[in-house]
Amino acid sequence: MSSLWPRIEPLLARVEKPARYIGMERGAAAPAHRPGDASWLLVYPDTYEVGLPNQGLQILYEILNERDDAAAERTYAPWIDLEAELRRHAVPLFSVETHRPAGDFDVIAFNLSAELVYTNVLNCLDLAGVPVRSERRAPDAPLVVAGGHCAYNPEPMADFVDAFVIGDGEEAVGEMTDVIGAWKRAGRTTREGVLRELATIPGVYVPAMYDVDYDGPFIREVRPRFAEVPAQVDKRTVADLAEWPYPKQQLVPLVEVVHDRLNVEIFRGCTRGCRFCQAGMITRPVRERPEEQVRTMVQDGLRRTGYDEVALTSLSSADFSGVDGLVADLVNEQEGSGCVSLSLPSLRVDAFTVGIASEIQKVRRTGLTFAPEGGTWRVRQVLNKLITEDDLYAAVDGAYSQGWRRVKLYFLAGVPTEMDEDTRGIAELARNVVAIGRKYTKQASCTASVGGFVPKPHTPFQWFGQNSVDELERKIGLLRGAVRKSGVQLRWHDPAATFVEGIASRGDRRVGRVIERVWREGGTFQEWSERFELGRWLDAMAAEGLDADWYVTRHRTADEVLPWDHISAGLHRDFLWQDWQAALHEHGLPDCRWTPCYDCGVCTDYALEHVVASPVAPAGGSQGTGQDLSRGGDTPVEFLGVREKASSSAR
Amino acid sequence: MRGDVGFPVRVRFTKRGKVRFISHRDVARAFERAFRIEQLPLAFTQGFAPRPKVSFGLALSVGHESDAEYLDVQLVDEVPLDSLAQRISDALPAGIDVTGTVALAERAPALQESVTAVAYRVTVTGPDDEPVGVDQLGAAVGRALAQPALPVTRTRKGHEVTEDLRSIVRTMAVTDADELGPVLDLELSTQPRGTRPAEVLAAVDGDLVDRRVLRTKQLIERGGARLEPLEADARSRVPEARAS
Repeated sequence: MSSLWPRIEPLLARVEKPARYIGMERGAAAPAHRPGDASWLLVYPDTYEVGLPNQGLQILYEILNERDDAAAERTYAPWIDLEAELRRHAVPLFSVETHRPAGDFDVIAFNLSAELVYTNVLNCLDLAGVPVRSERRAPDAPLVVAGGHCAYNPEPMADFVDAFVIGDGEEAVGEMTDVIGAWKRAGRTTREGVLRELATIPGVYVPAMYDVDYDGPFIREVRPRFAEVPAQVDKRTVADLAEWPYPKQQLVPLVEVVHDRLNVEIFRGCTRGCRFCQAGMITRPVRERPEEQVRTMVQDGLRRTGYDEVALTSLSSADFSGVDGLVADLVNEQEGSGCVSLSLPSLRVDAFTVGIASEIQKVRRTGLTFAPEGGTWRVRQVLNKLITEDDLYAAVDGAYSQGWRRVKLYFLAGVPTEMDEDTRGIAELARNVVAIGRKYTKQASCTASVGGFVPKPHTPFQWFGQNSVDELERKIGLLRGAVRKSGVQLRWHDPAATFVEGIASRGDRRVGRVIERVWREGGTFQEWSERFELGRWLDAMAAEGLDADWYVTRHRTADEVLPWDHISAGLHRDFLWQDWQAALHEHGLPDCRWTPCYDCGVCTDYALEHVVASPVAPAGGSQGTGQDLSRGGDTPVEFLGVREKASSSAR
Repeated sequence: MRGDVGFPVRVRFTKRGKVRFISHRDVARAFERAFRIEQLPLAFTQGFAPRPKVSFGLALSVGHESDAEYLDVQLVDEVPLDSLAQRISDALPAGIDVTGTVALAERAPALQESVTAVAYRVTVTGPDDEPVGVDQLGAAVGRALAQPALPVTRTRKGHEVTEDLRSIVRTMAVTDADELGPVLDLELSTQPRGTRPAEVLAAVDGDLVDRRVLRTKQLIERGGARLEPLEADARSRVPEARAS
């Protein structure tokens, strides 16, 4: 197969960061592309630095390349400078391993981790020479696939993606390879035929196999077109993480990327039950990796990669059974063997956490991050983020007294039932944190980082109407006033970007035309603040005759058909509705790992169980979790300044 | 490396092919990882954020290739040098190959200070790969060298500054041609300051492009001798194995 390298190479002299496009990572595959193989191009539709570390993509890359009937390569969204050069010289999008044209692959598969990258998906397809709309694709055009957390509401991208994978992809990619390989070897008979067959694989959603009926602005029904196509697509879940010790060969990039370290996933799923957290809701049940396997993956990974930092990743890493022993052992093992540092990117807010943190950060205690999310106990009960003020202050006191100087707190603004006193509570908590710190050091500081809340599909808050841009701006104004001259640094996410995230995550199939229009007007890299423009989106909504507020700020009712109702994360709609009602009554729900089952539906319907080594809740007592993925991939709780590092290049 | 005890090693390596697009800093990080992968007995700096003691020579521009890059690494114990080049190369990306290692004399001056000249082979084209004739380039080079000065104007901190490169350019001659155009051999001083091949070309003729650049040599000039950095400060003899 022809490599585009001779045509790409002269263009790289003219672009910023040319190393984004050369591949060559340690661990990268050099696939042979035998004639009958199903070839996959895995795409993270953002810059290389943001996309390369994505563990989901790396896991599937390895699994596919281990098969003897598949070959997988990767690519990332070319930055605007290279895009201009590619278009000017009529060079298509290419893979980074062998610089093969994207259009030569059988499958182009996108990771959708954040909604604001949707226009980049269209741009990548267009650069590949593939029609952006599924219906326009020729029979031999690549199949366009997408997965990742955003696939749980596939509808806004339904016009562009041939098949979505809902949930864990480890098993589904193999089953898809079987179907696609057979189709290819049979001479690619009909596109409709292969799509129909893909639609029968559990967890695979083929939008073209469904008709959507509307009743005015509302959806009346989403109906499968054929008898063998399921009316509801259930997510895929791997039951036992121990069977999937991936990535075995984590890619080591040559350029600095975000999360530039060895990452070992210690468990998947979370049952803390934070009602705003889509990641926690859709990844149930909890599946811990055996501790021995974690140790092996850490040791082998460090030896193979040469990294000097390892992160134990999950949605709430301090909840891993026996985490204290594991951390102590890893720290001791690494001592004297060349300064390896350890981080746990998502931690609860409590003294136990500070204990673990001090175990890890023996010397350089600069910054520690907690995510109380809500400003008052009342609103934290609504969020089901059951951290008392005592928990927080004890944790913060512990941190400052043991030498930390900076505390960062993450909050959400615009959550259900929020009153101005709750918003002001954010400032009050932060001011009290500074006061605690000042007991120990004059340098004590606190950063309050405030994100606008987007009510995500498949959460108890999916019926809630998001705050408008004006309302979020008003709340930020309140906070700015309340922290003045207090030693609190306030940071906030752009409310306009939060609004557009609402359109893209809560929309239906009609929103696809808006995404296409924004892309055609040049709106790529919308998650980059310097490239984002609210006006483009509002204009496109108006041009398509759609009411942005109807989609974003309107409260939805119990009987409304939601655009994602035919996709199931296993959570019963009744459970979500009851939990929504409980939220409105300020009623918290403890973690079901250590309390009786609430019958959310996941374990019972899928015949799965939590895989948890410890029958009792971890020490510490707090119910808080540390992570909020509604901010699109941020890892809010992280030890800052473990090691002097160049600022990461993204965001 | 000054004053360190232990086992300082000087390493020569290449940067060829696709990997030429990574930065000097990326090369440094790749070596640090390679040293860890090979579990070399690295010496670390003191303090809160210990770093391995590695020092690099002159930075190479992103996109330029080289057959003559150098670094010094401080080890705490002796390691067998005959297998070291291969071990490190195996842990490095393709295109970065270690082509020589030498035990360094104690108190050897740093590469940055001791290298005084570098040589390049530059394939020259016009804008957008427009070909330039060998004779045409030869004539332009001849004219430039005949002038008493080689002025080049550049913008520094918002000001236009004109500098004379004549004293930096030691030799400049068209010696060859490849499929893209004539090849210019350049030797440039690096002290008290150096310059990049692109600036030399700009001084010769504003339309010339350094389409392909290969650094072929770095030289340490000391007491009238021109020394390759591996020779310049090698430990005169690796100390005999401890008395058995």
